[in-house]
Amino acid sequence: MTKNIILVGVGGQGTILTTKVLSKGLVELGYDVKMSEIHGMSQRGGTVTTQLRYGEKVYAPNIGEHEADLVVAFEKMEALRALPYLKKGGAIITDVREILPMPVLTGEEEYPEDCLKDLKQTVGDVIVVKAAEKAEELGNVKCQNICLLGALIKKLGLDGVDWKAIIKDTVPAKVVDVNLKAYDAGREMA
Amino acid sequence: MKEKVIMSGNEAIARGAYEAGVGFASAYPGTPSTEILENVAKYPTIDSRWANNEKVAVEMACGAQAGGLRTLSCMKHVGLNVAADPVMTIAYIGSNGGMLIVSADDPGMHSSQNEQDNRYYSKLGKLIMLEPSDSQECKDFTKLAYELSEKYDLVVLMRVTTRVCHSKSIVTLEDPIPTPCKKYVTNVEKRAMLPAMAIKRHIVVEEQLKKVEEYANNCPINTTEYNDTKVGIITSGISYQHAKEVFGDTVSYLKLGLTNPMPGKLIDEFCEKCDTIHVIEEGEPFIETAVKVRGHECTGKDKITIQGELTAAIVQTSLTDKPLEEGYTVDVKPADRPPVLCAGCPHRGFFYSFTKFRDKVVALGDIGCYGLGVQTPFFGEEMCVCMGGGFSTTIGMAEALKAQNDPRKPLGFLGDSTFFHSGLTSLIDAVHTNANVILCLLDNSITGMTGHQQNAGTEVNLMGKPVKRVDCLDMVMATGIDADRVHVVNPIDQKEMDAAIKTSIENDGLQVIVTRYPCALLKYVIKERGNKHLEVNPDKCVGCKMCMKVACPSLAFKDGKAYVADVANCTGCGLCSQNCKVGAMTIVE
Repeated sequence: MTKNIILVGVGGQGTILTTKVLSKGLVELGYDVKMSEIHGMSQRGGTVTTQLRYGEKVYAPNIGEHEADLVVAFEKMEALRALPYLKKGGAIITDVREILPMPVLTGEEEYPEDCLKDLKQTVGDVIVVKAAEKAEELGNVKCQNICLLGALIKKLGLDGVDWKAIIKDTVPAKVVDVNLKAYDAGREMA
Repeated sequence: MKEKVIMSGNEAIARGAYEAGVGFASAYPGTPSTEILENVAKYPTIDSRWANNEKVAVEMACGAQAGGLRTLSCMKHVGLNVAADPVMTIAYIGSNGGMLIVSADDPGMHSSQNEQDNRYYSKLGKLIMLEPSDSQECKDFTKLAYELSEKYDLVVLMRVTTRVCHSKSIVTLEDPIPTPCKKYVTNVEKRAMLPAMAIKRHIVVEEQLKKVEEYANNCPINTTEYNDTKVGIITSGISYQHAKEVFGDTVSYLKLGLTNPMPGKLIDEFCEKCDTIHVIEEGEPFIETAVKVRGHECTGKDKITIQGELTAAIVQTSLTDKPLEEGYTVDVKPADRPPVLCAGCPHRGFFYSFTKFRDKVVALGDIGCYGLGVQTPFFGEEMCVCMGGGFSTTIGMAEALKAQNDPRKPLGFLGDSTFFHSGLTSLIDAVHTNANVILCLLDNSITGMTGHQQNAGTEVNLMGKPVKRVDCLDMVMATGIDADRVHVVNPIDQKEMDAAIKTSIENDGLQVIVTRYPCALLKYVIKERGNKHLEVNPDKCVGCKMCMKVACPSLAFKDGKAYVADVANCTGCGLCSQNCKVGAMTIVE
């Protein structure tokens, strides 16, 4: 059975590195893996989506509407934006972090402050975490992504592979320790 | 055991080039193709270089392959239009070293101005056409391309699409094949394409293509999978993956990896064995037309959209009654999050200044980060067509405005890399005719939008070696333009920037503005900046929102006061603070 995961965030939050670690681990676990990311204009502060599918044999690399088993949102409004991808019975892991987009900064649009309430009421399986805050506490907001990865791995029960070794191999050498701490913290959040 | 790794299609093409012993690779960056050459450059055995444009890239590769090296040139789909001139004749010259051109098409227009289907170029240019459907095939087809190019003395075009380029799947690595440079032997009859020679070469090309068609009917990348034969699906590229996702093993497949020349006999065999034929392909009816021309009935673009990117869901709803999975909806809607100019971006200074003169100019833009100036609150672009068009469309617009007594002056803009790509020739036209236009060259010292590729204006090349820097301002002056028509400014400094636009509007004839300020994301710029950022004194801020007019993503407004919402990203460029009349803003280090 193929599992479909969508990671959403804002350009610069590190969704792509997260899927890189995740896909390495899934290959080690013996799964067929396909992941899809869109580069280009989205890096300029726009919404970034990375999609990952794994199972015995995976064909299409992208995930359509109502097909995702899990949405991991690095920013809370992006969880709302990704909702159309979630299938009935699917789950959401979302950070509470808010990043205000330009139309909100200029006052043309409003930020949906209470959107998590709506999501919880409708979806049910919504895990709300403070990964960015934890990452700041650890001294590097950029390890928010690995913190969320910890939560994701725990949620999906993806044991049987040395995730910490993969993180060590993937992140820059000088931030290995802080990322390993973020990973542990993330596991405790889910 | 051979090593298995997870790779994007672009990384796999690069790996394929390495394993095939490619000696020379050239490209101009453009999404979704950019990472091909960036990854090729990681293999030191391949001389890899960014060309000024796609035409130059293909011509350099053509020279290298004629000389005996295996060569690769890559571009996005619209780049192939720029390269079309040499591409239409290369087949006549044929190969010495094998030659592969990669076109990365962008159905769905994630980062493009159109969704042209470049498979048609293979027919037009007499090229062998390959269509891989995942990363493993990207590598395998790349290697095969060189064998075919050399065996049949033709050139190969490989069409990949955004989802093939940017999705990752498992690839088995192999060792490179030792491929020494072939000897160059003069052969005027084969390579100097003047009419007398070209007439003879065209005959050879058609003969060779017939041989390739025979091969296509019996080759390892055009394959059939027979299951139930009530339904037969003919497909290629990423569409194969979507078809498999929807139909699995319940139908039969003809998967085409080589689609020009089209394997006619194979299509006939397949169509005769299956009751109903569906052609599933992204973009135009390229395969569908070939199937119908051979007299077979099939569904195609009558069922599956010609627009955008295909998904398994589109295939499912177009060809079956099976309902999609159910999902959730909520009433609350997210705010829009469009991509924006970065904090500290020099283009912001240009566009903010432009807004002060909006009613006096008609702004025509180009391809690059400055395309983002089209959005709120700048609305700084009324037309954008192609690379270099920002300058030339302006020249034409000036005549049309004159014809209707519209007093506004057209203002065209493009960046340094675009200027080297194809803006220089437009500038020469404007100088030559003293066009009544303002041409703005936004020099941020790098190719920005595609992620910082070196260009003729940088001091280091793709391989990290020092090269002679070509100064775009020198190029402007070399046209012989009068010095008082050229205004070189720092775009962040609004006094300078405003004065340049004002003078350019007031003075008739050609005026050139060169803005010089490096991209805020360049490593050396970030290093120099250190901890420099802006602070707002809330006691002094009167909430006039003048600073917010520059639309910087680092600056926000809450409870009647402006504040720096994203200190880490604020570069302290000081653009916003020039609007503060009460001295509430200071730049601190």
